[in-house]
Amino acid sequence: MSRRLLLIRTVVLVTALLGLNYLTWRWMFSVNWSAWWIAVPLVLAETYSLVDSLLFGLGMWRLKERGDPPPAPPDRTVDVFIATYNEPIELVMATARAAKAIRYPHRTWILDDGNRPEMRAAAEAEGIGWLTRSADWAGMPRHAKAGNLNNALLQTDGEFMLILDADQIPLPEILDRTLGYFEDERMALVQTPQWFVNVPEEDPLGSQAPLFYGPIQQGKDGWNAAFFCGSNAVIRREALMQLGVSRYVGEVEEGVRRALRTARSVIRSARRQLPGDEVEVRAALDEIEGRIAEARAALTAGEALFDVTFRFQQQVAEVRRSLVAADLQTMQADLEIIASLDGIADSPDGGLATIDLSALDQMTQREWSPLGAVETVEALVRAVDVGRGGEAQPIMPLATISVTEDMATCMRLHTLGWRSAYHDEVLAHGLAPEDLQTMLVQRLRWAQGTVQVMFRENPLVQKGLTLAQRLMYFSTMWSYLSGFAALVYIAAPVVYLTIGVLPVQALSTDFFVRLVPFLVLNQLLFFIVAAGRPTWRGQQYSLALFPIWIKSFTSAFGNVFLGRSLDFAVTPKTKREKSGHDWHLVKPQLWAMGLLVGAAVIGLVRLAVGQGELLGIGFNLLWVAFDLLIFSVIIRAVRYRGFEPDAVPADAGPGAGPTPGVPA
Amino acid sequence: MIEIDVHTRDDGIGVVVPRGRLNMVAARQLKEVLADLVGTGTSRIVVDMAETTFLDSSGLGALIGGLKSARQAGGDLRIARPVPAVTTVFELTNLDRVLRARDDVDTAFDD
Repeated sequence: MSRRLLLIRTVVLVTALLGLNYLTWRWMFSVNWSAWWIAVPLVLAETYSLVDSLLFGLGMWRLKERGDPPPAPPDRTVDVFIATYNEPIELVMATARAAKAIRYPHRTWILDDGNRPEMRAAAEAEGIGWLTRSADWAGMPRHAKAGNLNNALLQTDGEFMLILDADQIPLPEILDRTLGYFEDERMALVQTPQWFVNVPEEDPLGSQAPLFYGPIQQGKDGWNAAFFCGSNAVIRREALMQLGVSRYVGEVEEGVRRALRTARSVIRSARRQLPGDEVEVRAALDEIEGRIAEARAALTAGEALFDVTFRFQQQVAEVRRSLVAADLQTMQADLEIIASLDGIADSPDGGLATIDLSALDQMTQREWSPLGAVETVEALVRAVDVGRGGEAQPIMPLATISVTEDMATCMRLHTLGWRSAYHDEVLAHGLAPEDLQTMLVQRLRWAQGTVQVMFRENPLVQKGLTLAQRLMYFSTMWSYLSGFAALVYIAAPVVYLTIGVLPVQALSTDFFVRLVPFLVLNQLLFFIVAAGRPTWRGQQYSLALFPIWIKSFTSAFGNVFLGRSLDFAVTPKTKREKSGHDWHLVKPQLWAMGLLVGAAVIGLVRLAVGQGELLGIGFNLLWVAFDLLIFSVIIRAVRYRGFEPDAVPADAGPGAGPTPGVPA
Repeated sequence: MIEIDVHTRDDGIGVVVPRGRLNMVAARQLKEVLADLVGTGTSRIVVDMAETTFLDSSGLGALIGGLKSARQAGGDLRIARPVPAVTTVFELTNLDRVLRARDDVDTAFDD
């Protein structure tokens, strides 16, 4: 073990012990139950934060700094994919030209989901491949970027693919620095950092993620859980296709099982509505129910599903044909009755009018509803059978359960036993949003995607993942719950300063002796693992964007469990022309700041008139000051006018961003 | 390299024989062969894999694609005589649970 890792582990261990000691004491001895309405939320928020810190520590425990990559083997086939929807042609072409100039032999493709003739012309004029959705996608769910990539996968055949967003300009060595990892035959994916050129040193919008594209990914990597982040990653085709096929099998099995269950209910309900004298139709329905039972039994017995569904479909089609024939016979019989009635009536005023209309109604009812039921059964099974009728392609390697396809796909690859790697070297230069609104939309989308995956495929219960892998995925999801904790961290000092209610029993020496060392060690851990990378901006935004995190949670909940739309928007890549400042976008934060300042003033007044304790007021004023310092980033973000290119030298390097991994 | 033989029997069943390595490059070729067969009215297809020495997940993808279009046209796609290396790939993705290989090309459509 390197000295650095030894130090990290020591600090992780001590931090965890201090944190557990503090929180145990909080729960056992210091909750002010008489003010439970603020005391319980506070101790819950603190528990949340401790779990967050423990999960972070778990990642750091196995921090993996890979250093120089193994050399790229010759003669591998690689496709470079540039995914675009509506980005300006020139922006896409700039990326495409850089992609074409990548040194390792490869083919470059623009995946144009917008199907734009001018995009195609521009690509073809420079000898760059252009792909758009095949005819199979007409009228089918498109699944955004995941669908775009799935479509391209089936139209190309390279062993590896480099995935780039339209605004991520790759460096010529990107493949030479990543393909070597795939000499490990179980390696499915190599992710490299996303680093942005159009961001000033002070990074007012928190665009760079030096802690994530660095220690956090390296920690996940140590547990074989390095994440796929959608761009700047190389993927092994075989891994994706294997994932696609095995998902396909699982979904077909589940779909057919459900369809057969539903089919049984449909048949039973049709039979209940059947008049007692419909012997033939009843027999037909009975036969179908028997076939359904047989099919289910065959599946349970392990017979190959496609054999079962093929036989079943044929049997049902047979029954339907006989039923149609029976219906025609019934119809014929009825017509004969009608005709004979006509004859018997033998009166020019009689005819059809003498037949009770309700009898006709009943006839249509009893003739068509069983047939309708049988046709429903056929349609049900057809829909989920081999074709997966509701999808453009039977094989969908990239996950479509979330607006951010990357995390779910990566997790599924890990459940199949594939490996991933994080290579900590900037190999592409990207563009970050330059205005607050775009940034907020982007963060909301990421958060929503992550929370969707948590709701739909909770990593804690995924078979095939190690416990540590489960926790590494869960940890990212957990971090998006910070919005709720932030509310409490704002409310607690406001409550104390204004009405003097303290959520802890006493601000005693006990309290400070337990809390302060934990906070200090926590910051020390950040400081050590960051190794010079800036982390403050990230810490600020993790609390300051609390309305976004809360919204991501509620909207994803509504989407997954209540079937509501997420109001999903594609992140715009171009600068918006704005004259005024977008204060309205951060109203909740401004309210929070106003409340904090107001509470501080009231607290000072109470102190002045001798109503409050010096220690309590002082501690809470400090807390308010910290909260305000956190939220101050929002003011800077609103006032930010976009990137001034002159502010950096022409050969801008990674600077404050992630640097190539330092061999430990 | 791969060679894909195609012929249609008297009983209307199309027989496809991929000879060699059915990998990601060959998969697209197979996909086209199967699509052509179904497109020209042959929706009952047997893929004879006796001479397919290697198969990857892309190859499986092509088979599934062919199966989909065959079933949509009212027919079916059956596979016959896979070698053990190929059977292993079926097992790895659980595809063997849904698609059963037949022992014989001639009788592949008998049940």
